[in-house]
Amino acid sequence: MGDSRDQKILLPGTDIELPFGLDLSRRDLLKIAGYGSLAAFIAACGGSSPTTTTTTITAKGGKMSLGSYLSDSVPKKGLQDVVDAFTSANGGTTVKVNTVDHGTFQNQINSYLQGTPEDAFTWFSGHRMRFFAKKGLAQPIDDVWNDVKGNFTEGFAASVKGDDGHVYAVPTSYYPWAIFYRKDVFAAGNYKIPTNWDDFKALCAQMKKDNLTPIAFADKDGWPAMGTFDILNLRMNGYDFHVGLCGGQQKWTDPKVANVFKKWAEITPYYSPAFAGLTWQEAAQQLLHKKAGMFLLGLFVSEQFVASGNPDDLAQLDFFPFPDLGTSYDAEKALDAPIDVYMLAKKSPTLGSDTGQAKAFLEFMSKGSSQITYWKASPGAIPTANDADQSQYPALTKKAAQIVSNAKRITQFFDRDSRPDFSGPNSMQGFLLKYLSNPKGDTGTLQGQMQSFWDALPPE
Amino acid sequence: MATSITPAREDSPEAGELVATRRGRYHVLTRFDRRVLMLMVGIPLLLDVLLIWWPTASSIFLSFTNWDGVGSVTAQNFIGLKNYQFMFSGYTLFWPAFLHNIIWLAWLALIATPLGIFFAVLLDREMSGTGFYQSVFFLPVVLSLVVVGFIWELQFSPTEGFINNAFGLVKSGKLIDWLGNPRINLYSILIAASWRHVGYVMVIYLAGLKSVDPTLREAAKVDGANEIRTFFRVVFPVMAPINVVIAVITAIEALRAFDIAFIVNQGKNGLELLSILITNNSISEASLVGFGSAIAVILLLISLGPIIVFLSRVMRTTS
Repeated sequence: MGDSRDQKILLPGTDIELPFGLDLSRRDLLKIAGYGSLAAFIAACGGSSPTTTTTTITAKGGKMSLGSYLSDSVPKKGLQDVVDAFTSANGGTTVKVNTVDHGTFQNQINSYLQGTPEDAFTWFSGHRMRFFAKKGLAQPIDDVWNDVKGNFTEGFAASVKGDDGHVYAVPTSYYPWAIFYRKDVFAAGNYKIPTNWDDFKALCAQMKKDNLTPIAFADKDGWPAMGTFDILNLRMNGYDFHVGLCGGQQKWTDPKVANVFKKWAEITPYYSPAFAGLTWQEAAQQLLHKKAGMFLLGLFVSEQFVASGNPDDLAQLDFFPFPDLGTSYDAEKALDAPIDVYMLAKKSPTLGSDTGQAKAFLEFMSKGSSQITYWKASPGAIPTANDADQSQYPALTKKAAQIVSNAKRITQFFDRDSRPDFSGPNSMQGFLLKYLSNPKGDTGTLQGQMQSFWDALPPE
Repeated sequence: MATSITPAREDSPEAGELVATRRGRYHVLTRFDRRVLMLMVGIPLLLDVLLIWWPTASSIFLSFTNWDGVGSVTAQNFIGLKNYQFMFSGYTLFWPAFLHNIIWLAWLALIATPLGIFFAVLLDREMSGTGFYQSVFFLPVVLSLVVVGFIWELQFSPTEGFINNAFGLVKSGKLIDWLGNPRINLYSILIAASWRHVGYVMVIYLAGLKSVDPTLREAAKVDGANEIRTFFRVVFPVMAPINVVIAVITAIEALRAFDIAFIVNQGKNGLELLSILITNNSISEASLVGFGSAIAVILLLISLGPIIVFLSRVMRTTS
């Protein structure tokens, strides 16, 4: 039985291995079911696809498909605008957009990419991108990148490279994490922007005295707490340690991690009451309605201020960078600025015939003008292209772009920098919630649990 | 593993003593009948093997691997009993999840199910408006647990929710974090689960009560038994088959508890359940398929208890 596992049948004309033997997995079965239609499709395509050997890698007209997790109405409309613009710019290429609920798309990405995915799909950079590149589920796009790389900074170029050095994605938008506040609340309370940790804590104490929740915090979703962990760890222990911790080269039992938790405990008394039962939207409402003074979150918090319907709310929204902690790593100005990308799915049954169109779409998405089209409809993230027309940005967006370009080190957010199996609800999210339920307590046991969970994960 | 169940064997009644062979004087079943029978047995059997036994066997098989869901399972993926070892000793969430399932079972068995039975007995007394009460209690049953979870999420939300606002806890600032406090959130969602479970039990029990021979009650009354005594000494024993069904339903509901906790916070921070650990580890982006399968195998072993009780009951009544 042991030997039969290694027997494979190569499907003629494809590089798809058909596992042969008794120990097929459920997924294998599904795959086999899919091969029938796939083989028929390949036969139908004939040899038409490889004949286009012109100098250009893109193709006009025709068709392509796109899997999208932009399921909220605002970003969904933004994507539709861009797709329409692409269709008219690319000789009428029809784009079939398959929109899937954001959370569902993420949870099912594994089976999606192994099944019958669309040609192109929306995804994240960081470890999450490299993981699927390594598994051979993403198509390298070095040729596209060669055409467009002049339009991106070094940081973006690094963010779309796989472990093998090939490029796997085109970055299209990003947003920084920072501490958001209302200008009118700060003016009314005569509060000053804190630049160091002591000032920050003093401000919290003052706000508490003024009957304001100093820091809006919400962790029912599990991931928002990671943002605070990231920034504290980056500022106290530096970028290299943080990346090492996310990647498993550093240990969770390190006293440096204990220090982060100790520091964190100094501000947890200023958090929203009942934060473990609140969603980030509810916490954003506290900031919006002047019940809370500050909120450490991504730029997307502005969505709630747009949705309030009162333009003055958005005008009052501002942010400042996380205060310095007095360590040597303050100078890195490191922060979380997750980048959203578009990728090509290698297993897409139609990619063979649509490669030209799909690559044309990625090139189109790398243009500043296309990114601005999307941004106009959905302003929660900032375009990545150098030639994006920044003159239209409101002050908040300009400032957000500024804070990221000032940062010497940029991370992607914990759940994009670390393994997905380590950052899920029953792992890191749960561990952080456990910490937050008793932040003053000894974290030694918890750190031991984190490390033993990491150690139990299978090799990637 | 799949080869151990071969169709030829299952179809073998054909060769048994009931059916006369070619040399026999008469045929109980014609050839056509036999073919129809083979189809009628074969198709469900095939579906059963394909949809139930195959995935079950796969899960058991995968529980000895560290397969991540990508590509095929290779020899390197085999890690023996490591998944089980880690689950019982290293994984800090397994025993809490196990305990939560036990609490879930205890709550349903000791609070929700008796309450449902109590309502059924009350409604059986033909008081006015029975139909109205029945529909009120039964209404939640027709809702999916996802919807139930969503409804109760709105009730329990700390600042925006109905409960904290109705009792003035938001104004006074003494918020109760129904869903976020790991000491109470399990009980909050148990209230939500019971809201549905009570109606479910009630309807089944009510149907059973209607079939109890009224002369039994009259006889008990003549003998001078009061209502409570009549119920416990006469009606309840007579209802034995229904009681078993109710007990099994309660056990199954407790074992398959998933939806509400998942809707609330994906089953973390005090809401861990075995089914949720399986999902979050194996079906989500995490794709620890091997480890998730190991938890699934444990859940399967636990589930075998009520399944065996239920089946043995069903077999006994049919034979």
